[in-house]
Amino acid sequence: MAKKKNAVKNILIVGVGGQGVILASDILAEVAMTSGLDVKKSEVHGMAQRGGVVSSHVRFGNRVSSPLIPKGEADVLLSFELAEALRWLGFLKPEGKALVNSQKVVPPIVSTGLAQYPQEAEETLKKSPGGSILVDALSLAEELGNPRLVNTILLGMTSRLLELPEPNWKKVILQRVPKAFKELNLKAFEKGKSLV
Amino acid sequence: MKELLSGNEAVARGAYESGVKVASAYPGTPSTEILQNLARYEGVYAEWAPNEKVAFEVGIGASMAGVRALVAMKHVGLNVAADPFMTFAYTGVNGGFVLACADDPGMHSSQNEQDNRYFARFAMVPLFEPSDSQEAKDMVGVALQVSEEYDTPSILRLTTRVSHSKGIVRLGSPSGRPPGGFSRDRKKYVMIPAYARIRHPMVLDRLGKLKELSERTALNRIEWGKSSVGIICSGISYQYAKEVIPEASFLKLGMSYPIPERKIRRFASKVRKLLVVEELEPFLEEQIQAMGIKVEGKKYFPRLDEYSPEIVEEGLRKAKVLRRARVSMAPTPQAASLPRPPVMCPGCPHRSFFFALNQAKGIVLSDIGCYTLSVLPPLEAIDSCICMGASISTAHGVAKAIQEAQPEEKRPVFAVIGDSTFLHSGVTSLMDVAYNKGNVKVVILDNRTTGMTGGQDHPGTGKTLQGEETRQVDLPKLVESLGIRRVRVVDPYDLKTTSQVIKEEVSSEEPSVIITNRPCVMLEKFDPSLVHKVDQELCEGCGICLRLGCPAIVPGEVIPSKKEGGKLRRKAEIDPTLCRGCTVCEQLCKQGAISMAGA
Repeated sequence: MAKKKNAVKNILIVGVGGQGVILASDILAEVAMTSGLDVKKSEVHGMAQRGGVVSSHVRFGNRVSSPLIPKGEADVLLSFELAEALRWLGFLKPEGKALVNSQKVVPPIVSTGLAQYPQEAEETLKKSPGGSILVDALSLAEELGNPRLVNTILLGMTSRLLELPEPNWKKVILQRVPKAFKELNLKAFEKGKSLV
Repeated sequence: MKELLSGNEAVARGAYESGVKVASAYPGTPSTEILQNLARYEGVYAEWAPNEKVAFEVGIGASMAGVRALVAMKHVGLNVAADPFMTFAYTGVNGGFVLACADDPGMHSSQNEQDNRYFARFAMVPLFEPSDSQEAKDMVGVALQVSEEYDTPSILRLTTRVSHSKGIVRLGSPSGRPPGGFSRDRKKYVMIPAYARIRHPMVLDRLGKLKELSERTALNRIEWGKSSVGIICSGISYQYAKEVIPEASFLKLGMSYPIPERKIRRFASKVRKLLVVEELEPFLEEQIQAMGIKVEGKKYFPRLDEYSPEIVEEGLRKAKVLRRARVSMAPTPQAASLPRPPVMCPGCPHRSFFFALNQAKGIVLSDIGCYTLSVLPPLEAIDSCICMGASISTAHGVAKAIQEAQPEEKRPVFAVIGDSTFLHSGVTSLMDVAYNKGNVKVVILDNRTTGMTGGQDHPGTGKTLQGEETRQVDLPKLVESLGIRRVRVVDPYDLKTTSQVIKEEVSSEEPSVIITNRPCVMLEKFDPSLVHKVDQELCEGCGICLRLGCPAIVPGEVIPSKKEGGKLRRKAEIDPTLCRGCTVCEQLCKQGAISMAGA
């Protein structure tokens, strides 16, 4: 029983509406499928997309039942935003790793003084038992020439923690980007890989 | 061929493979993508209807004409379509008819979490509940076949987690029965009392036959495991229970109404503890209890909210069938609770309108759409939201109550409603206001799309589901034809004029309609030349621009207080990646600190 559970890999991808969380989870799920595994992924569309919290659960293995990752069983938490990483940290296994884009998306509720953006978020994340890797993916993407490369950089990082064949990653990513950006996305993927 | 499909994509695929020829829907989360995907297949006519009742009736017509039909809606949509639904259950079908209806446990994007499985029992029609994408696709075909064989509409009941989860689906090729034709059968389709009295006993007779089908169908399957616990479940709950306690015995109900009583008795007799795991209401549990079988469910599993593996696990623990130690979890940090409620987009034309409306200090009855978000701080602009189209009629009721019984109440009464919602079910309400000499100030927030569901076309946009040009409702003319004499069209980005128009209409003694004319920002291309900036020299940190609640305006540098212990002020900054250049903050700034960044 324990063995079967371990066979399923759980990756929780989180961020704020509009950041590309769903695209990233689509790509990861597709990579797992093309690698011959059973895959499920789940997220909520609609109202939450309007600047709200977005989380996408991706699970793959020999056979996957629940489309939702049971709390405390995520192998990887990939966060597109700093405070969101904190929100979902409890989903990780004790040895699970958090990969975090240190970008902050400050909600208007903070601007109007009704809430505070969590202080010392980076410190808290660094102390998490399985360890966290924080990167300023937005600056790295801009250095590479396009802020939209954040997504691919983060996927490159994720790929290092999962045993999915690299050609499948590249194939799926290239299918999803316009021709003119193919080279750049491969570079971004490599950049991401180098960070983990 | 295999593909990774969401439940909704799989339903569309299933409809295509089963030879559905006509499909109609009104968008509603979590059901919207069914029709959006079906529209891409060749040989299927798919349309957005103005509301769910219309969609349902289009489906009935197609079925009468002998072709297979699918209609899709969210759970509350069936409340709107309940009228044709209940009587169509009497007439039955010609071509197969399936209603794909998506519940929203947990209310991710809904005003209630009603359990639509009761509608199947109410109308005495078969109910199918897929638990993943493959089943969603397959069950469309089964539902249509059953519909034709048993002369009944079928319900395919989805939930958010089935509709919006993706799984691997094996694709097939399109088949389905050859379309028939319209066959005149007045005693079947003309539901005058005399003929309806003939049909009603047939409904009961059909239910008996469906019960037999429920016993036989492979969709209701027993998976024997340990005899210590037997779990009866349907839909997504099956996946959670299977995840948490795979060693148990399962009776999985793919066809969950009518229930297979003999199969349930047999299953119950072979397990020591019988549990029902079902999201929302005790729909199965109460029916099984009524059979005189000892069964438990809601004693351990909540009646509220969406389930998850943890919730099911907790219930199984309470029921003392799960004794394994919980996997230890990393603690969620204290600081993790940053609230991030959904907000109107930067540049959303609703924001500036509500900012202007707040100055009128009225009673504001609202409706369902992105603008409902104006209830949240900082705007806090609306006082009600009940269901699609309710704004105008509830406002009329409030105004009449004031007129009759509360002469001291001087606040003006407003109704605010979006374009799509107005065409869905606001038109008859406005007719009521005009006809009964009401005095409501109705605002139609016309952003030329169905915004909250992600931007779908409707009869007011001039485009079809497929994006083709079509006839377009002329809102001012429509409103005038209902008997409204005062119709004003305003640009909600122009704060001063908007406020002026609101003031003028409030001072009038008759009903009026104000139509805002800015399209949804999501429809507009981002134009970097419109991006605004805050001149840090001029900004005094008064904070008025922050009161708009625009995600693009953020607090910046702290201004030291002049007095000891004085209030801390912060300058405003504009995030150039978010600003859409609506100019509303510029109009508000008394220091003239905000202007176009390029200028």
